[in-house]
Amino acid sequence: MKSVRIGAGLGFYGDSWRPVRASIERGGVRYIASDHLAELTLAILQKDRQKEQSAGFARDAVPMLLDLWPLAARHGVKFVLNAGGLNPEGAREALARAFRDQGWRACIAVVTGDSVLQRFEALRGRGEALAHMDTGADIATVRDRLVFANAYLGARPIAEALAQGADIVLTGRVADAALSLGPIVHELGWRWDDWDRLAQGLVVGHLLECSGQASGGNFGSAGEWARIPDLLHIGYPIAEVFEDGTAVITKAPGTGGRISFDTLRQQLLYEVHDPHAYVSPDVVLDMGTLRLDDEGDDRVRVAGATGARRPDTLKVVAGYHDGWMGTGVIGFSWPDAHAKCVRSAEIIKGLMAERGWPAEDANIEFIGYDSLLGAHADPAHRDDLNECFLRMTVRTSDRRIAEGFGRLFPWLGLSGPPYAGGFHGIERAKELLGIWPTLVERALIEPDIEIDVEAVA
Amino acid sequence: MKVGLWRIAHARSGDKADRADIGLFAYDAPTYRVLAREVTAERVAAHFAAICAGPVEVYRLDNLLALKIVLNGALEGGAARSLRMDNLGKTIAAALLRMEIEAPADLPRLGA
Repeated sequence: MKSVRIGAGLGFYGDSWRPVRASIERGGVRYIASDHLAELTLAILQKDRQKEQSAGFARDAVPMLLDLWPLAARHGVKFVLNAGGLNPEGAREALARAFRDQGWRACIAVVTGDSVLQRFEALRGRGEALAHMDTGADIATVRDRLVFANAYLGARPIAEALAQGADIVLTGRVADAALSLGPIVHELGWRWDDWDRLAQGLVVGHLLECSGQASGGNFGSAGEWARIPDLLHIGYPIAEVFEDGTAVITKAPGTGGRISFDTLRQQLLYEVHDPHAYVSPDVVLDMGTLRLDDEGDDRVRVAGATGARRPDTLKVVAGYHDGWMGTGVIGFSWPDAHAKCVRSAEIIKGLMAERGWPAEDANIEFIGYDSLLGAHADPAHRDDLNECFLRMTVRTSDRRIAEGFGRLFPWLGLSGPPYAGGFHGIERAKELLGIWPTLVERALIEPDIEIDVEAVA
Repeated sequence: MKVGLWRIAHARSGDKADRADIGLFAYDAPTYRVLAREVTAERVAAHFAAICAGPVEVYRLDNLLALKIVLNGALEGGAARSLRMDNLGKTIAAALLRMEIEAPADLPRLGA
């Protein structure tokens, strides 16, 4: 039966591509699907672009392809990446320049049309409310603070770019799983209304989109995580997808980590809301019918997912400016480490009050005690900790207050409670962004999708 | 007997906007039946009362011996505006594993 093998690339902007090498060398993959965009990565890219108009794409794509392309070209491997971010053309320009410098040839496609910020008024004019998907709030409350707004496009433009001969497809925002579903549909010739097969393809894409999280990385457990072998040499997941929609998830021979029923089901349900109606631009997936058959030796067969007709709307996620965060950190050793952190927080609050610095919100956490588990921290040893760090954060609309906040802390070293140590410098103010998910009629977005293929030589 | 979930299940959490989500997985079928009975939306909501504005949703996946738990309004409005150290809610699954449920002493993972 006809099949295609896809390997996972990055799982986020800044992830390592070192394990991708094994998938290309020994994993038999034809495609690498690389996800560079988490929900709010576009906010980071927007800041880059404000500083420099030619920026706004994920900067790791060029060094990654410079490192992997000679190997990939030798093995006939193509890449699909959403590293275009807010500027897919800019990403191609940078990549084409780097390839020309090396004397390499490649057909590089860009998919655009996901960015809808400039079209918001036009969309409103055509009857789209753009209300917050979860709260129903009116877009007017954040309209003048929006910094980006991008629709999640589906797999179809990726498949079309491949059909036009692309070796590398650079997109902006697409559904993460579409990075795999695009090459799957292109290779296996599925119909775009074959909902059950598309559902299987979506499962595969979802399993691959977070790199090592499917092969034993971040295996959330007590004790079991330590039995995952050789995380140092973890193999990213590889899917062999068959024409009938079934798939085998595996990894390159000789790599670390693990592909099993347990590691795959952790990834399958990751960042899913209703697992019986997992909505993507291409199909609505029911995970309640599928089977994960663990065949041993890092091979798991996936079958039986069912799909329903794709929605008439596309999800758009916008980000809006939502104030500034100031951060201060100071650490204390035993004795009374926690109590000294508490006292320091009181002093800082007093300084804020004396200066008349308003903060809409403040958060006090104790690193080494409760900064990760919060209310679920076990208080048993709170008063006898070896050491404890105070981390204090404030949210304010005034950037100067956020900048000044961190500067309140060093003074405590000589004039506060004793045995302070581990000072790591003053933290700068950080811009905070609210997130605005909304739905827009597909028919108002898809006509603006453009696919452009360019031969670089 | 009272059993901490960490002894009989594994879990991973993630974020979408202001929503934290947790996959909770039984290591075996007898344990899954106990989880499906004991880990209710009400109990999870009580466990996360300090951070979750609610509501809490729990979905069953008998085929995966898993529960999907969704905590609405649990991330201070979302990762990029949260003041928390764990703004992405990655450790919320660990907090869930600290929850205790009533379970029979003869579950496979509790064997002597």
